[in-house]
Amino acid sequence: MTQLDPRDELIEHLPTLRAFAMNLTRDASTADDMVQDAIEKAWRNFDKYTPGTNMRAWLFTILRNTYYSSRRKTKREVADPEGVFADKMSEKPAHDGRLQLDEFRVAFAQLPDEQREALLLVGASGFSYEEAAETCGVAIGTIKSRANRGRKRLTELLHLSDDDPLEMTDPSTMAVVVNGSGAF
Amino acid sequence: MASEQKPSKSQELIEQNLKRVFQESVDEELPDRFKDLLARLKSSEGQDGTPK
Repeated sequence: MTQLDPRDELIEHLPTLRAFAMNLTRDASTADDMVQDAIEKAWRNFDKYTPGTNMRAWLFTILRNTYYSSRRKTKREVADPEGVFADKMSEKPAHDGRLQLDEFRVAFAQLPDEQREALLLVGASGFSYEEAAETCGVAIGTIKSRANRGRKRLTELLHLSDDDPLEMTDPSTMAVVVNGSGAF
Repeated sequence: MASEQKPSKSQELIEQNLKRVFQESVDEELPDRFKDLLARLKSSEGQDGTPK
């Protein structure tokens, strides 16, 4: 019987891990340093990983811990994208009703880390809310409200008008905040 | 899970763009430093007697 070394699975997760890092830090070289750091940490701590459980969530957790602890240490030297891209943003989107990807990127980079992170996990990487909550060590309702606030902010930044108002989501979000806090 | 409310058009647009932006990063080629790093980690592990 060949028991697959979980370490061999690591490489499969690297493209997603790196994509997460790049979109979280918004800087490729910082992202790569963080990914390297996360790989080394994961490697040293593989005995703490239970084979068969969610390796992706485990790796993302290591990576985001690296990010948030370095963020606390160095009070962010990354240029504030808001000023740089302000001109671009003042333009209304899409003459043809489609959203330019660049414009989206610029707007997305302006979101607070926590909102960006929530959207990256549930919106982009296809994490379930449960997985995302586990990865970030917070309640499911917290992830939901971060993601919703992020979506709302993007709607504003991109001048998208919303026919069916986002306030609609608030009661259900609140319900989850109230009911879901003990879920994990 | 409950299917929540129906997403509006602009929310769909946001979700699509989010996925596209992320996928572009995923599709980027992995820098060699990571393959090198894994190779290095693997070879050093033999020395401290970790069973293979």
